[in-house]
Amino acid sequence: MKCTEFLAILDDVIDQSIAPETRAEIEVHLKKCGHCEVVLNSTRKTIEIYRCHEIYELPTDVSERLHSAIMERCKKGK
Amino acid sequence: MSTIQPVAGQDEQHPDVALVERVRGGDVSAYDTLVRKYERQLFRIAQHITQNREDAEDVMQDAFLKAYEKLDQFQGNSKFYTWLVRIAVNESLMRLRKRRTGKMVSIDDDIVTEEGSVPRDFADWAPNPEQNYNQAELAEILKKTVQGLPEGFRVVFVLRDVDQLSTEETAEALGLSVPAVKSRLLRARLQLRDRLTRYFKKKTPAVSMRGNGPTGNGADA
Repeated sequence: MKCTEFLAILDDVIDQSIAPETRAEIEVHLKKCGHCEVVLNSTRKTIEIYRCHEIYELPTDVSERLHSAIMERCKKGK
Repeated sequence: MSTIQPVAGQDEQHPDVALVERVRGGDVSAYDTLVRKYERQLFRIAQHITQNREDAEDVMQDAFLKAYEKLDQFQGNSKFYTWLVRIAVNESLMRLRKRRTGKMVSIDDDIVTEEGSVPRDFADWAPNPEQNYNQAELAEILKKTVQGLPEGFRVVFVLRDVDQLSTEETAEALGLSVPAVKSRLLRARLQLRDRLTRYFKKKTPAVSMRGNGPTGNGADA
């Protein structure tokens, strides 16, 4: 497996949707290629960090205004 | 390479379907339950697209109100959340269009070059690199980094990787093809990774930097 081939299936590797027969090929490539190993690990970490850290928290006052507006509208009926 | 992505919930009823039925039957509190369930996600999506807090608040409110008014049009072929996201994305794009004085804005505005489709920085990351920053610093880094992506990449990344929608659901919510979602996701992930490497790569031990000049190595930002 070449680096370009690995890169083409990087998302499938991350999303764990790789055919079993390709897994062994990937493992062999990663043992030989430090760059691809770094790219795989740091891309996984990128996703994990964004998933674990909410950068746009919903402020309480915004939520309250939303619920008031929704309730007011709903009471009028559809 | 075949990607197996099961389409969830085709045989079993999603809990939202019962809530939607209750709303249709006049139970307003059921709609409040749906709003509370998805308000954080919708606010996040609207923020990522509009990059403006006031716009995001308006978009979120308009999207929930529009969804309520159009509830009879919800067929149940897709998840309620996917349908809701589609409304919110359209509202966000309309808001952007207003800000850009009428210029058409589409999530399908493709990026013609292949820029960002290959990684450039191969420096290894420090273990748990986010711990080297306090919460405020980290939030700023993550915000600045994701804001640097084109809109069409940013929203795909947020729906797939943060919201964890499937590729098919993301495609449906954005009105994109599955291959377009896959291509954008790969490029979004690689571009974010490359940009975050500047902050998260392993620091060169001080002892090895002695005599190497002021920049040490890897100062490529």
